[in-house]
Amino acid sequence: MSSLKELSQRKGGITSGHRLCSGCGAGIMARQVMLAAGNYKVVVACATGCLEVATTIYPYSAWKVPWIHNAFENAAATISGVETAYKSLKKQGKIKKDLKFLAFGGDGGTYDIGLQSLSGALERGHDFLYICYDNEAYMNTGIQRSSATPKYAATTTSPYGEVISGKREFRKNITEIVAAHNIPYVAQTAVGYWNDLVTKVEKALEVKGPKFINIFTPCQLGWKYGPEKTLEIGKLAVETGFWPLYEVENGKYKINYKPQEKKPVEEFLKIQKRFNHLFKPERKEKLIQEIQDNIEKGWTELEKKEKCLN
Amino acid sequence: MIKKALTGNEVIAEAMRQIEPDVIAAYPITPATEIVQIFSQFVADGKVKTEFIPAESEHSAISCCVGSSAAGARTMTATSSQGLALMHEILHIAPGLRLPIIMPVVNRALSSPINIHCDHSDTMNARDTGWIQIYSENVQEAYDNLIQIVRISENKNILIPSMVMTDGFVISHGMENVEIAEDRKVKDFVGEYKPVQTILDTDNPFTLGSLALFDSYFEIKRAQEKAIINSKKIILEIAEEFKRKFGREYGYFEKYKLDDAKIALVAIGSISGTIKDAVDSLRGKGKKVGLLKLRVFRPFPAEEIKEALKNTKAIGILDRSLSFSGQGGPIFSEIRSAVFDLKEKLFVLDYIYGLGGRDTTQKEIEEIFNNIELETREDRTIDLIKYVGLKN
Ligand SMILES: Cc1ncc(C[n+]2csc(CCOP(=O)(O)OP(=O)(O)O)c2C)c(N)n1
Repeated sequence: MSSLKELSQRKGGITSGHRLCSGCGAGIMARQVMLAAGNYKVVVACATGCLEVATTIYPYSAWKVPWIHNAFENAAATISGVETAYKSLKKQGKIKKDLKFLAFGGDGGTYDIGLQSLSGALERGHDFLYICYDNEAYMNTGIQRSSATPKYAATTTSPYGEVISGKREFRKNITEIVAAHNIPYVAQTAVGYWNDLVTKVEKALEVKGPKFINIFTPCQLGWKYGPEKTLEIGKLAVETGFWPLYEVENGKYKINYKPQEKKPVEEFLKIQKRFNHLFKPERKEKLIQEIQDNIEKGWTELEKKEKCLN
Repeated sequence: MIKKALTGNEVIAEAMRQIEPDVIAAYPITPATEIVQIFSQFVADGKVKTEFIPAESEHSAISCCVGSSAAGARTMTATSSQGLALMHEILHIAPGLRLPIIMPVVNRALSSPINIHCDHSDTMNARDTGWIQIYSENVQEAYDNLIQIVRISENKNILIPSMVMTDGFVISHGMENVEIAEDRKVKDFVGEYKPVQTILDTDNPFTLGSLALFDSYFEIKRAQEKAIINSKKIILEIAEEFKRKFGREYGYFEKYKLDDAKIALVAIGSISGTIKDAVDSLRGKGKKVGLLKLRVFRPFPAEEIKEALKNTKAIGILDRSLSFSGQGGPIFSEIRSAVFDLKEKLFVLDYIYGLGGRDTTQKEIEEIFNNIELETREDRTIDLIKYVGLKN
């Protein structure tokens, strides 16, 4: 694991000057991933979404490494093609150097529209690292719900109204879906834990075959909190057990951080206006409790997996 | 050179083996499936250096091709009908990124109703995606077109992807005697692919696929259009070189007894063989009829077509797809527009035929010639669009 000092001296693949929002979690996420990958020669594919749109407005680019954007749902297929071309050219002696392949997709581009493309690429066993930056909605198009949007969060297509309290379903567990592909390395990490994030990216890049890291990435505009709170919210997601930091290495589960005592989820919910209706005009105890119970259920399941599968 | 009896799918797989691209990504669909099957066997037997990606859909197959081509690999895929429709979004992206991907397409009708047989709805639906489109009349042409197209797409002033078409079942599964060149001769002709820039070049990183807004998008798209227009010249140059080396002649189109024809048909694909027989038969009865068999549909050779048709009095266009209330089928609207400003008025009629694989006979073609003669007599108002062999 690289130290903070080493990282600070490393040239990352993405620079400042991009047009992501102030306090954007995706910018922090991309910077840390690219610093962690900074000792390798990397090629990046990126799905349509905030990260792509805000970093590559022609004729400018914030990327210092070869970078390709194809479409919204096909970052995994695109990187499959890049990696296969590399394999072919390397086999023929037309390219000598060692390269690493990275793909970035938002939760929309990963959980929803890009799920098939991702699944196909994982099953075919291409040698690449897929990073899902999960900001829990389609942010680029104006905060529409995705299958990663948590229950009761208000988005522009799951608004809070007279009869409905925001999104009606619990989120999809993509990390487990990916783990079911039996690939060598799957992990969850969060913006707010640079150490955990960088360690996981470095670890993943050492492994051959498909790798997947799901990064909890707060979005100030979509979640409706002040831009200075991004890291705090990332931390609260982990401290409440809402977003466990864990990894699945060759099928073995490991929870990387277990809060001594989990904070009540309310602390995470309360500071984001997307959950406002759970507290105002009156407190909706049942709904908050439902979220809390779901966290406990998920955590217990994860602990069981850690116990049984290691 | 060897003579062999091969089907269209076999000949395409054979040409692909000889071209030996670096990467193929594909997904099966009738009637193109065999191409990928045969090629997979070449890979399994170690006959090619190609890396094969058995993608989980056509959308991903073409997406893989975009990644692979951007990485500087000579890249191919093959598909048909629903598969091409599923690729549609990425069909626009490949030429936008100036990636010379090569794709044989076996023409098949589009759903619904589902139908596996030939018509041209699939590739006509893709005609404005920015790909070069070349149609084949028979198995030999399919082979020759595929070999030529690599050089056209990969020309560094062009860098536009290409589709080479064969009619589903009629060509794809029809067996013909064809001339297959030696491997070395094909390899020498297509040469090695030397990409202008690649995203594997980490020493010279660049961003491919940026967001380009109202200040730049228009110019980028116009530059892309110029490239496909410029491919017209290259298509003829490559055809010329191909003729010298392989002995067979190609142009934008073939003129069959056209020069002194008063009535002519314009068609693409396998129906041209039937039309040639009909022309011969009618010529035997003293009728001045002919055929313009269009090979290159994109880039559209409007000026040359106008020139070739200028001495005819009336022409019939054979369209094997519908544009559902448009001004006739897609070939009709292009050709009619191309001949619009000829000094002498030229009657142009559209004959929609063969949808979903319906057979069109020589007799029906002869009736079309008769019908054109009848319809364009001066005292008649013309019904522009007809449907050949449609039951009441
Ligand atoms: C096929 C297709 N459908 C819809 C869109 C419109 N679109 C662009 S980005 C986006 C949402 C992206 O959401 P996500 O993947 O979560 O990334 P984020 O914007 O949140 O970073 C949508 C719906 C598109 N570009 N392509």
